[in-house]
Amino acid sequence: MSSLIDPILVAVLLLNLFALGNSRIMTVIRVVGVQGALLGILPLLVHEHFGLLPLVVSLLTVALKGLVIPFMLLRAMREAQIRREVAPSVGFLPSMILGAFSIGFSVLLAQELPMTQAHLGLLLVPASLSTVLIGFIMLTTRYKAISQVVGYLILENGIFIFGMLLVEAMPLMVELGVLLDLFVGIFVITIIVNHINEAFSSMDTRKLSALKE
Amino acid sequence: MTNVVVHLALLLAMPPLLLGVINKTKAFFGGRRGPPLLQPYRDLNRLMRKGLVLSRTTTLIFRAAPIVSLVAIFFAGLLMPMGPFGSPAPAFPGDLVLFAYLFGLARFFTTAAALDTGSSFEGMGASREVTFACLSEPALFFALLLLAKMSGSLMLSHMVHSPLQVHWTLQGPSLVLVAVGLFIIVLAENCRIPVDDPNTHLELTMIHEVMVLDHSGPLLGLILYGAAMKLFVLGAFLLHVIAPFQTGRAWLDWGLFAAELVGLSIAIGVVESIMARLQMRHVPTLLVASILFCAFGYFLLVR
Amino acid sequence: MIAMAFALILFPVAMAGVAMAFPSNRARPWLLPFTGTIHLVLTVWTLRNPELQAPVGWLVLDPPGRLILLVISLMFFLCSFYAIGYLRYRGDWSNRTFTSCLLAFLGVMTLVIWSHHLGLMWVAIEGTSLVTAPLIYFNRTPRSIEATWKYLLICSVGIALALLGSFFLAYASFHEGLESSLLFEDLLHHAPRLSKPWLHTAFVLLLVGYGTKMGLAPMHTWKPDAYGEAPGIVGALLAGGLTNCAFLAVLRIYHVMVAAGERVYGGKLLIFLGLLSMLVAGIFMIGQRDIKRMLAYSSVEHMGILVLGLGMGGIGAFGALLHLLNNSMTKGVLFLSAGNLRRAYDSKSIDDISGAMRRLPLSGTLFLFGFIAITGSPPFGPFVSEFTIVTAAFLDGRYVTGALFLLFLLIVFMGMGGTVLAAVQGRPSGRSRLIPYRDTFLTGAPVVVFMALSLLLGLWLPAPIRTLVQEAAHYLETRP
Repeated sequence: MSSLIDPILVAVLLLNLFALGNSRIMTVIRVVGVQGALLGILPLLVHEHFGLLPLVVSLLTVALKGLVIPFMLLRAMREAQIRREVAPSVGFLPSMILGAFSIGFSVLLAQELPMTQAHLGLLLVPASLSTVLIGFIMLTTRYKAISQVVGYLILENGIFIFGMLLVEAMPLMVELGVLLDLFVGIFVITIIVNHINEAFSSMDTRKLSALKE
Repeated sequence: MTNVVVHLALLLAMPPLLLGVINKTKAFFGGRRGPPLLQPYRDLNRLMRKGLVLSRTTTLIFRAAPIVSLVAIFFAGLLMPMGPFGSPAPAFPGDLVLFAYLFGLARFFTTAAALDTGSSFEGMGASREVTFACLSEPALFFALLLLAKMSGSLMLSHMVHSPLQVHWTLQGPSLVLVAVGLFIIVLAENCRIPVDDPNTHLELTMIHEVMVLDHSGPLLGLILYGAAMKLFVLGAFLLHVIAPFQTGRAWLDWGLFAAELVGLSIAIGVVESIMARLQMRHVPTLLVASILFCAFGYFLLVR
Repeated sequence: MIAMAFALILFPVAMAGVAMAFPSNRARPWLLPFTGTIHLVLTVWTLRNPELQAPVGWLVLDPPGRLILLVISLMFFLCSFYAIGYLRYRGDWSNRTFTSCLLAFLGVMTLVIWSHHLGLMWVAIEGTSLVTAPLIYFNRTPRSIEATWKYLLICSVGIALALLGSFFLAYASFHEGLESSLLFEDLLHHAPRLSKPWLHTAFVLLLVGYGTKMGLAPMHTWKPDAYGEAPGIVGALLAGGLTNCAFLAVLRIYHVMVAAGERVYGGKLLIFLGLLSMLVAGIFMIGQRDIKRMLAYSSVEHMGILVLGLGMGGIGAFGALLHLLNNSMTKGVLFLSAGNLRRAYDSKSIDDISGAMRRLPLSGTLFLFGFIAITGSPPFGPFVSEFTIVTAAFLDGRYVTGALFLLFLLIVFMGMGGTVLAAVQGRPSGRSRLIPYRDTFLTGAPVVVFMALSLLLGLWLPAPIRTLVQEAAHYLETRP
């Protein structure tokens, strides 16, 4: 079972780079949805004993990350009627290259951190660190509000990957709490995004520049 | 011995057939019957019998370029093993670099010939072609590097046969990634959609076609033939990665190889039919993606 | 018998639900002082009877928690009366979301204080972000939407990093073969055996994450916008309540570091961030024209002072915890009176505000005295706590730190003084005389009480309070 984890993580990392390089927001939202669904399968693979609880968590994650949240974002997008990201502060191609470098950097960083015998050689820590970094890159360099929210989603995905290391040890209640918080957070953010659209008739956060020194 | 003869025969005779297959596939998607499969041979024949028209601004380079590029690609074809067999040219460690740079030599001469005409259109095409080559060569080298790591050798003949003995769960993902990256390189180097439309008649949108605008008659024939041979050789390289099968019987293996090449041409035709050509400013993104695919595959292998 | 922990946490949340359903817009604000009074009474009762502080599963009231619980309960109590006056002035606007979010805010903050499990604490702090966002957006202007957006995004990212840090900490114990628990008791118990690389990385991530919530530089960029656009009462509760809860999180993490023997590493990081926050705040306060943004930077500065004292340890920690109390009281004065000024002049900028002492005698004078208090002048509270921290610095031999601390305080004084004196002195403009706003009892009395408390703490520290602060500071040195 564990031999499937690495290919899934490779697919997740490639989806990250694809999300960084793409300018169509709808595609990026769907990509992050696919990524979330892939990550939802991970709890089933990491748990050594196939029980009811990991199954429930897995189904919940797939439903939330793969269906519900992309649906909410796409609906917010439809109401705002935006299609494409404007040229971000770091261009699409340089972002992709920066993302690739962050993957390399995460691999180097992960080698500094000692792992237990069972987890040695797995891609989990580099994948999680690089996904967090890539989410951060997307969050800070994009101008459209929805793209920033997608960057936040990718960041949360990265943290979820790391959580897989602790799936045996941590109480499932906290993992469920994390999922719930993600859901509520995205819910509130979508509402705010709608308000931004109403107030400014645009999702371009460069218009949100009245408050500065 | 027979293998060498078959290798040479295929290398010399089969390339225009691949072009014919691609055109037939595209016609099929368009609901047409399309040109006959052997039409490229007839085209070459016609071109060879035509007269040569040379521009007054051109020099020796313009006349020599098609010949040099064809010879370079032919030698690259000699270096690249086909199917499970060895290569006719003597193999030595490091011949992968020679392989990559023979293509570079061919490209250099074609570009020089384009600049030799003094036309701004051809210069524009030349600069585009070279820019894209800057991005596709690293991808090619990463792919070669991966094969070198997998086989532990720097000889092409050993490297390309290594996927035959691969352990699929361990190295499978790397091979898949490299295969995707190489496919993109094949499309880019041979000026296929989504990088370049071979059927376009608008000079501003041309990349490779505009470089050869001034060539005529036999020289144009040599260039077309060389381009077809380049598709053949790169396709043969790609086949080693995606279809490393071997039956053990020589004639069956050669037949399988030819069939696989035809299959690859059909695949290229399908890709050309279902996709639109990318905007030129997006092509670097695609090429960087192929670099990342190959680099990723390599990184997975060495981790 | 229902445990006191559940009562303190769930009662405000239940009242939030009542507020959502309450039909009358005029009478709804009275739910606030009702809840605040009961919460304060229950808090004082709990603090006086140690048996009521019994742990309930993951809910434990440790000594620093007791101090901060008292502070936020007191702040909410006083601000709730102010809220009635404020909402009466804004009677045309629906206050349903506002009131219920304020009540839920109190409940979630109490949950942060009581939770002794890293994961539960994280959930609670994330909850405070979500529940305060509508409060900042109360005025529905484009600028407040911009402020809310930045607040939500930056705080969510910070919280996400804090979650990653929590996971790292759990792995630090998992790696050593210990039972991987996020309960503080277990973490403190196993602290010396935790894997060092994981522990260090976890500390950095947690500090950055919860430091974002506190408003430490360089993660403070949301503060000027959020505090600037929020109503005065929201600013007071954020500056005097929420930042303290975030500080509690940082304090608990640092406690784990101390127990693991990494005091030097952790302390250096905290001192660095503290000094940086003070410097950044001072620089941005010079020439600041907006009085609420100035107060936001003041909050950044004082959060810096808090972590500085915490990082120094010993007497410095005592000073920091005392400063927490003083800072909250004084911020109450400043934010509430700033809110009054804003309404009288219909502007937040000193381009429009002048002669506040003549136009609004009570609020203007209290604003001036608040400035004097917060910059550390005797006889007010902050002077005592800042003096304690400076003394600790020089006694420990940290001369450079102490000198920088004094220098940055001076820069802050100069910057803040320029703005406050320009607002308070002079003659009011003609336009402001046309606005019929006056100081009322409900918008004035809480400010007076805050000021009186700040003065009281400066002159005489009551013994129960002193014991509370001492126990909290001593807790950092212990390991259960």
